[in-house]
Amino acid sequence: MADVTAATDPGPKTGSTADAVRASLARRNRKQKILQVLGLGAISFAFLMLFILIASLVSSGYQAFTQTHITLEVFIDPEEVPLERLPRGGFDDVLEASLASVLKDVDPDDRATMRALGGLPSNGAQFRLRDRVVEDPDLIGQTITMTVPVSDPYDQLNKGLIDRRTPEENRRLKDFEIAWFDQLVAMEAISKPLNTGLISNPDSRFPELAGLKGALIGSFWALFVCFVISFPLGIGAAIYLEEFAPKNKFSDFVEVNINNLAAVPSVVFGLLALAVFIGWFGLPRSAPFVGGMTLALMTMPTIIIATRAALKAVPPSIREAALGVGASKHQVVFGHVLPLAMPGILTGTIIGLAQALGETAPLLLIGMNAFITSAPSGPFDSATALPTQIFIWADSPERGFVSRTSAAILVLLGFLITMNAVSIYLRNKFERNW
Amino acid sequence: MTTIVFVTLFCISVLGYVLNRQAATKLRADGTRLHSVPGYHGLYSLLSTLVPVAVLIVLWLIFQGPLIDRFTMSGLPAGSLGELDAGGRQLVLAEIKSISRGRIFGDPEAWKVDAADRYAWMHAISRWMLLGIVIVASLGIVGFARSRVAANFRARHGVEHITSGLMLFCSTIAIFTTLGIIAALLFESIRFFERVPITEFFFGLNWEPQIPLREDQIAAEGAFGWIPVFLGTLVITVVALFLAVPVGLLSAIYLNEFAPSRLRAVAKPVLEILAGVPTVVYGFFAILVVAPAIRSFGASLGIPVSPNTALAAGSVMGIMLIPFISSFTDDALSAVPKSLRDGALALGATRAETVLNVLFPAAIPGIVGGILLAISRAIGETMIVVMAAGLIASLTINPLDSVTTVTVQIVTLLIGDTSFDNPKTLAAFALGMMLFIVTLIINVFALRIVRKYREAYD
Repeated sequence: MADVTAATDPGPKTGSTADAVRASLARRNRKQKILQVLGLGAISFAFLMLFILIASLVSSGYQAFTQTHITLEVFIDPEEVPLERLPRGGFDDVLEASLASVLKDVDPDDRATMRALGGLPSNGAQFRLRDRVVEDPDLIGQTITMTVPVSDPYDQLNKGLIDRRTPEENRRLKDFEIAWFDQLVAMEAISKPLNTGLISNPDSRFPELAGLKGALIGSFWALFVCFVISFPLGIGAAIYLEEFAPKNKFSDFVEVNINNLAAVPSVVFGLLALAVFIGWFGLPRSAPFVGGMTLALMTMPTIIIATRAALKAVPPSIREAALGVGASKHQVVFGHVLPLAMPGILTGTIIGLAQALGETAPLLLIGMNAFITSAPSGPFDSATALPTQIFIWADSPERGFVSRTSAAILVLLGFLITMNAVSIYLRNKFERNW
Repeated sequence: MTTIVFVTLFCISVLGYVLNRQAATKLRADGTRLHSVPGYHGLYSLLSTLVPVAVLIVLWLIFQGPLIDRFTMSGLPAGSLGELDAGGRQLVLAEIKSISRGRIFGDPEAWKVDAADRYAWMHAISRWMLLGIVIVASLGIVGFARSRVAANFRARHGVEHITSGLMLFCSTIAIFTTLGIIAALLFESIRFFERVPITEFFFGLNWEPQIPLREDQIAAEGAFGWIPVFLGTLVITVVALFLAVPVGLLSAIYLNEFAPSRLRAVAKPVLEILAGVPTVVYGFFAILVVAPAIRSFGASLGIPVSPNTALAAGSVMGIMLIPFISSFTDDALSAVPKSLRDGALALGATRAETVLNVLFPAAIPGIVGGILLAISRAIGETMIVVMAAGLIASLTINPLDSVTTVTVQIVTLLIGDTSFDNPKTLAAFALGMMLFIVTLIINVFALRIVRKYREAYD
């Protein structure tokens, strides 16, 4: 706008006001420049923070999408695993023996060495071997080939997260353990395939075995319950308030309530669920059903507000035309206005559900942060949800859980982005300008 | 069993729909002129069966658990509970329940096994009774609805009455939720104040929510003064606002006034992404990146920084609030009438002067409302502080120290196994009530400001 001032300026240079303006112009323009630079700086700061957030998650999380595996020739020694004692047996000893047989400089009689060797494959490897043998007892006495995850320290070593140059006493793996691993790498027994366990395994104390299956199913049930409750209730409330409610104290009161609920801290909803659903109604703890009901109470204001906006956007001509040909008020709303408002309602609902998917605090209070090693089979089973699983893993001390947490966050963000993309697609595809 | 009950109800209601519809169609085929089309006769039967019986089922399911628990406990042989307090009774009940599910630990007394049998029996009876009542009631209503099918029966009006009632019920859910929150918090807080004097809670300067495990334990009285906890909340909120308010305001002003349209097209979605990131992700970001960065920066200056400094939690919360404040400011600036802006520019003001001296003062109420809402959000924000702030309440305003917040205390007191009868868990509800009251006051105030301001320019 400096041009405008300049353009009006070139008149006779007599007035003192014009002089004053010209004298101060540089200062005023500088002030504008400063404001612009500050504003640009503020925007850049927000951009930078988002970039750092994503970059730090990706850089620490991408490692968790692969998992180091070891391929072993395992001789199932009938002395260690006698048929009659199944499913018990010294499966860990069998694994150690098979490792000892391929590695050089390992004394099978030295117990300390053998114990260290037993720490190379994941703790879950012996159970996987056991399951195979129990399923097919004929394997006893034979040699089978198994590919199992290695334990967390070796996984970290293979991914370059353990620095070999640190002094031995400060390192999680000693020199001889690294030497074993290098031998195995030289034998091409080590592989690093895609970590499907991250999605298909339930939670575990061992990072190399821990996966998101239970959390994904728990989140699914919670969101399902949330949708089934909040969608019809929210639409019903919105239609009533927008189309039928008389202008009176009661309607105002309901409206004020809805606006306030939208701003109540989420942890308070958790307290409500804990005291009412679990304490008074006696519903089970940690159940996705209870989580879904709590999330439904939080999502409902969002859906109500979105539905009302969508109903408002339908032009009055539609209503008047329908009323004019003799439809009743209900027939107008349910037969004409509601179908036309549906895309807007769905968009709002998906956005509300995406918020509910990321909600953590109320789920913590109703106990959806329990350590559960099996996936739930229904909405009343104990389960975790994606965000609470992230919270549990972020709290776990093992190094391997840092990258798992980041990976879980990336999975969660992936879901959120998909849901938002769907809602944007719906909006663009079905939105009508009347 | 519950599923079977619901499926039965659904099948019977659909049966009612079909019966009524056919009857009405037949009437019409006979040449009678109907008031309502056959579909409405069907819907009338369906809704008048489904709605009341479903309500009955839900009420039954809600009340059967507590009632059966009560019957089980009152049916125990006299004297078996002896001197047990409420917690002990709960334990006995839990044991009876687990026995009735077939999970028996050790050698339970005979009366417990008896009670478990009775408990299981009562549950079975209750389920069968429910199924029976549902079948009888829904068939009865279906029969009644069928008998009302007639040429001049106003089925459509009936259906519309029922749907209106349902919608009215939907809109009262919000009221019930608010009432539920208030009732839950008030009820549990009153129980807390029965154990801890109310003055200690409001004016106490110590927060050490321990409870003695044994009677004679030393130094385990526990202290429940909420001032240090609230002070910690304020410290973190202030840190967050120090970051969020200037950045949010400036970015909104820039986007609104100076930014080229291409930058605006990019910046708005980016801010929306920042707003949509779940708070648990921000919490992890705080412990993974921000806290170590602040710590090492402090160490390089020779300043000791606590590992879970309020600065880390506060600044990450500030990042979370940037889009919030920026979008409120944006709305407020856009709502200022164009005539004000044009007038200022026409008088020769630079754009910056227009924004700072004309638009900004006019938009102040809206912006203040937005900032107030941001404050209430910061006070109620949970996951960031649970993950990144400390657990120990200390009376300090130094943001480099570790402080705790109201929400952190609520979560840590209630995580894990909780029983509802010790001051430790009840304290969480008292804190929750304070949190609710404080945020409610701020919200009501802020919403009123925002609404008034909108009306002023509409």
